[in-house]
Amino acid sequence: EEAALAQMLAAYRGVWVFVEQTEGEPAKVSWELMGVGAQLARDIGTELCAIVIGHGVEHLCREAFSYGATKAYLMDQDVFRFYRTEPYLDACCHLIDKYKPEIILMGATGMGRDLAGAVATRVKTGLTADCTGLDVDDKRNLRQTRPAFGGNIMATIMCDKFRPQMATVRPHVMPMPERMEGATGAIVREQITLNEADILTKVIEIIRDTKVGVDIAGAEFIVSGGRGLMGPENFAMLQELADELGGVVGASRSAVDAGWMPHDRQVGQTGKTVRPKIYIACGISGAIQHLVGMQDSDVVIAINRDKEAPIFQVATYGIVGDLFKIVPAITSQLRELKASKRKG
Amino acid sequence: MLVISCIKQVPDTTQVKIDPVTNTLVREGIPFIVNPYDTHALEEGLNLKDRYGLRSVAISMGPPNTEATLRKACALGVDEAILLSDRAFGGADTLSTSNVLSAAIEKLGAEEAVGIVFCGKQTIDGDTAQVGPGIATRLGYTQLTLVDRIEFLDLKRNVIRVRRKLEGRHEIVEAPLPVVITVVRELNRPRYPTVPMRLAAQETEVKVWDNSVLKLDVETVGLKGSPTWVSKIFSPERDKGEIIGDGVGDPEGTANLLIDKLLSKDLLAV
Ligand SMILES: Cc1cc2nc3c(=O)[nH]c(=O)nc-3n(C[C@H](O)[C@H](O)[C@H](O)COP(=O)(O)OP(=O)(O)OC[C@H]3O[C@@H](n4cnc5c(N)ncnc54)[C@H](O)[C@@H]3O)c2cc1C
Ligand SMILES: Cc1cc2nc3c(=O)[nH]c(=O)nc-3n(C[C@H](O)[C@H](O)[C@H](O)COP(=O)(O)OP(=O)(O)OC[C@H]3O[C@@H](n4cnc5c(N)ncnc54)[C@H](O)[C@@H]3O)c2cc1C
Repeated sequence: EEAALAQMLAAYRGVWVFVEQTEGEPAKVSWELMGVGAQLARDIGTELCAIVIGHGVEHLCREAFSYGATKAYLMDQDVFRFYRTEPYLDACCHLIDKYKPEIILMGATGMGRDLAGAVATRVKTGLTADCTGLDVDDKRNLRQTRPAFGGNIMATIMCDKFRPQMATVRPHVMPMPERMEGATGAIVREQITLNEADILTKVIEIIRDTKVGVDIAGAEFIVSGGRGLMGPENFAMLQELADELGGVVGASRSAVDAGWMPHDRQVGQTGKTVRPKIYIACGISGAIQHLVGMQDSDVVIAINRDKEAPIFQVATYGIVGDLFKIVPAITSQLRELKASKRKG
Repeated sequence: MLVISCIKQVPDTTQVKIDPVTNTLVREGIPFIVNPYDTHALEEGLNLKDRYGLRSVAISMGPPNTEATLRKACALGVDEAILLSDRAFGGADTLSTSNVLSAAIEKLGAEEAVGIVFCGKQTIDGDTAQVGPGIATRLGYTQLTLVDRIEFLDLKRNVIRVRRKLEGRHEIVEAPLPVVITVVRELNRPRYPTVPMRLAAQETEVKVWDNSVLKLDVETVGLKGSPTWVSKIFSPERDKGEIIGDGVGDPEGTANLLIDKLLSKDLLAV
């Protein structure tokens, strides 16, 4: 039995990253996954491959090479124009059956989770959700670390007797790898026989959200406010500081629930995961559901008048005091600094 | 036609802690709630019952005390509540969970056609969002995840059109029944049980189906049927940072100190 298992495991090689795209436009999380995928491939001495499925998407293979893939499996057919579970599921399973990867990574996005859950079920393997840490043990098994119970605990999950090992990762959790202009790789073209008439689901319309919301998830500087802000009008003070830094304003769920800020600014478990250079938490206590959304920021600054607030446990620099005094002080000093630099 | 809502009983996650000595979850005394997203799955099942006369069924896999969760569904007005409970089902990951749930749905479907299966978008404990797609894939139903609006349900043509909520966009998608739909909170506002309904629910029978009813291969359920397993569980590590300056007595000076620190680390573009 053990020999059969070893033989099965040895039949699967390669690290794959699913390249998510909508109307030819790639989701950035795919490139973030290339970064961690390349590391895993190096550690176990195998290749990093991209799975590119769509219509008119060959350019994404070249893009994938520039982020570290050395091979791309391309399935370019009319039926893949819009994402629908059935055809994409068929396409992925076709590739998996034929080329047997040992690891598959997908973004934990609406599309990625939809597809990953279906693929893992059909190929009858394990799938670990929302990983924040991925590495391999000495038997080339993937160690998948993820938060559960709303971030109150971390768990390391193994899938050592099944292949492929599948994992999803949320956007902005892994750092973006550097782009290598002009890097090349091999494109492997595959097709399945599937016609539009075979597919029951129809995409009637894609409605892009027109209200160009602020993309807090991609921001380098975030100044966030919580219940300590006392009211919506005081967020203007945070906006001033954010403007000075070239960043955006975020919020805790309490501030969002109170109607002080729109939901697209919410950081945390039920909001966005962010990873800015500097995250400034003002009047935010640091509930675990908030921390899971921002604790990977490069530098966390916490301003809170309660020195026992849990936010100080993740803060690189904590300031105990009244945010209504400290925030304006930081803003005005930054302004002076810039003005004096300009004068030379 | 049946509309089935899958509901999971979950611990109130804000209360979950790890025992620092044994490194296991402290389960004693933690209150259980219906997974918040599943209250919306339940509500939508009841909506369709009210509007189209579908028969609504709630199912849940879990230990015997999950009966309490199903009783809450009865108090809201479901026609039938079924608890899927067997020692063999314990320790399940999402693959073996979807196996048990879809077997139950298949069994219900043998008596009366299944139209729609509602699941929550995800749970607040396992938090994977994988069970809905798992059920759909096993049953060969179309899966429509992250639905925030039902555009229409046409029972003459047997089609449903929904709106899905994705990153930066919405999609309007149409599919023939049967479908599995996972719901987000924006879909509806869950109703509250009335007192008479709650009292009546005390009397309602919650059926229990164990594996002698579902007859699944024990190698495919519970821990045995789970490709993934938890090898380690720990509290998130955090490096305690530094409190700088005297923010109370000297806010200006402390702001200055902070800016100096950021400048020295080359973190400010000035
Ligand atoms: C399932 C679930 C999901 C959740 N998801 C999220 C999520 O995605 N994001 C999220 O943020 N939360 C989330 N929460 C809520 C979370 O548990 C907390 O309730 C919330 O983060 C608290 O927000 P807060 O820190 O703004 O408010 P509070 O906890 O009330 O903290 C306010 C802080 O402001 C400080 N303060 C007050 N006045 C001043 C002043 N003048 N100067 C300085 N400091 C001051 C106080 O000392 C206090 O620490 C979730 C909860 C659950 C159960
Ligand atoms: C710390 C920890 C980490 C875990 N990580 C993983 C992992 O990465 N991968 C994995 O496969 N398993 C994992 N599990 C196991 C997983 O939590 C269980 O399999 C669970 O039974 C279903 O997964 P979920 O809670 O994530 O449900 P989700 O997939 O998030 O649930 C979606 C919907 O499915 C329905 N549903 C789910 N469970 C039930 C149920 N029992 N009865 C009725 N309806 C239900 C509900 O409508 C729910 O809203 C983990 C468990 C623990 C303790």
